[in-house]
Amino acid sequence: MSMDVQDKKMDGINRKEGVQFRRRFIQAGMFSLFRISAVINGTALLVVVYFLVARGWHTINWTFLSQPPVDSMTQGGILPCIVGTLCLSIGAMAVALPIGVASAIYLNEYARPGRIVRLIRLGINNLAGVPSVVFGLFGLAFFVVYLEIGVSILAGSLTLGALTLPVIIGSTEEALRAVPDTYREASLGLGATKWQTIRCVVLPAALPGILTGTILGVSRAAGETAPIMFTAAVFYTPSLPTSIFDEIMALPYHIYVLATAGTDIEATRPLQYGTALVLIALVLGLNLVAIIYRSRLRKKR
Amino acid sequence: MENSPKMSAQNLDFYYDDFRALYGITLDFQENQVTALIGPSGCGKSTLLRCLNRMNDLIPYSRADGKVLLDGEDIYAAGVDVVTLRRHVGMVFQKPNPFPKTIFENVAYGLRVNGMKDRGLLRGRVETSLKQAALWEEVKDRLNDSALGLSGGQQQRLCIARALAVAPEVVLMDEPASALDPIATQKIEELIHELKKDYTIIIVTHNMQQAARVSDVTAFFYLGKLIEADLTETLFTRPKLQQTSDYITGRFG
Ligand SMILES: Nc1ncnc2c1ncn2[C@@H]1O[C@H](COP(=O)(O)OP(=O)(O)OP(=O)(O)O)[C@@H](O)[C@H]1O
Ligand SMILES: [Mg+2]
Repeated sequence: MSMDVQDKKMDGINRKEGVQFRRRFIQAGMFSLFRISAVINGTALLVVVYFLVARGWHTINWTFLSQPPVDSMTQGGILPCIVGTLCLSIGAMAVALPIGVASAIYLNEYARPGRIVRLIRLGINNLAGVPSVVFGLFGLAFFVVYLEIGVSILAGSLTLGALTLPVIIGSTEEALRAVPDTYREASLGLGATKWQTIRCVVLPAALPGILTGTILGVSRAAGETAPIMFTAAVFYTPSLPTSIFDEIMALPYHIYVLATAGTDIEATRPLQYGTALVLIALVLGLNLVAIIYRSRLRKKR
Repeated sequence: MENSPKMSAQNLDFYYDDFRALYGITLDFQENQVTALIGPSGCGKSTLLRCLNRMNDLIPYSRADGKVLLDGEDIYAAGVDVVTLRRHVGMVFQKPNPFPKTIFENVAYGLRVNGMKDRGLLRGRVETSLKQAALWEEVKDRLNDSALGLSGGQQQRLCIARALAVAPEVVLMDEPASALDPIATQKIEELIHELKKDYTIIIVTHNMQQAARVSDVTAFFYLGKLIEADLTETLFTRPKLQQTSDYITGRFG
């Protein structure tokens, strides 16, 4: 044993009481600090939900959920908005999931690490930092006007899909990285091709992570207003969409409209809170589905 | 035993980026024999083993120079299909690495990816392979349970069964018993003994007694170089080099 280590050991024994006390004190201090942070986080969510429930609860009833707005949107329900947001969420997922997963597979499994991959990743990370209103304008200029899709579910889904793409690529890459290389080696060692390995071993193992990431990304997108206000959502339409080329109402945009440009802003406050409550229930519900699904898949192994 | 070898490395160099891990290895592996690779940690045993089925291809910035012959044909030659090669040269890894699938699906995996679909045929092959790996009795009633629920030793035998299912000609084993208790180890050693009737086996081990027990030929490596290779009996009783005798008697390494 070197002198240094010996010295430290003696020191430790001599001052054991003091050191022990200090260590325990720091330990307790840090622990409370972390706990407080966690509690603050949880409280913030609870406060938001409580606030919305308290103000919006009494507007929620079957009529509210199953009827279109009436009387210049000061009465009636929000059915077209619920349907619209669901369509947009599903559409965004349909756009972003295949492209995002394919990109992540390319980056993580096929591409040789190097300058090009770094460049692509840089691009994706920057895409994640682009404000959502910019996506909205891009969607308007490119999908709606240039591709002549028009204001529609399709244009909105493409825009929201582009917005969620970085999230999905990121979470899929993370999920793929978490799959141990030993699985890949075992599969290749049995004479499987690279694609068979990815399809039969890597993707199933990464699936819970991919799905959770996707649902979280989409539930985030479901609450966005800016990207859809130029591309998919309209002020008011009493009819439900019949094709992906229809324009729609959407929950976040409806709240925005009622709160800023409605015919009687003060009188529709309860409607605004009710709509917000439905939106947050939808988003939390989606997250819950993601969590349950993930734990189910994990248990199945 | 001087007929042409099943596999042989000829003047094989291997580089991880700038680092040279193998220096001009020339070594034959005879059919129906067990060849043991021994040597201190980091001497390149795994690297050599992984060159034999080109598993090292997966490591970016790595490079192999020289030849590795399988039935006289260079597996590093242009135009060789690595997928087919790996079907002929199977591998069992140091740590058991079953897929997160059922026991049955683990063993059937190699057959499925190679295009076998018939349920009955699959069942038959799975059963044979599990019996070969001395695991059948323990798992026959729970083939549809997850493989991850097996013990470490059972998992390793499952991995052996999985490798055998595709009927390779050569089986590479990288310290297959290093994570196992003595009883499981003994089972695997008996198994290797059984297997050599049908296969060519190359095994890495840190355990001198194990090398002496299971192998016909032993090759001793040090710092990326092949120091001495001989019949196991000769190498362990009358090594030609002092370095070898120091290692096998535990004086260094
Ligand atoms: N992926 C890698 N990248 C860079 N260097 C590596 C890599 N794998 C192994 N090496 C180096 O190559 C040398 C040989 O490694 P190898 O794994 O073949 O040794 P080994 O004989 O199998 O050792 P052990 O008995 O500990 O398993 C070591 O110096 C190691 O550091
Ligand atoms: Mg090794």
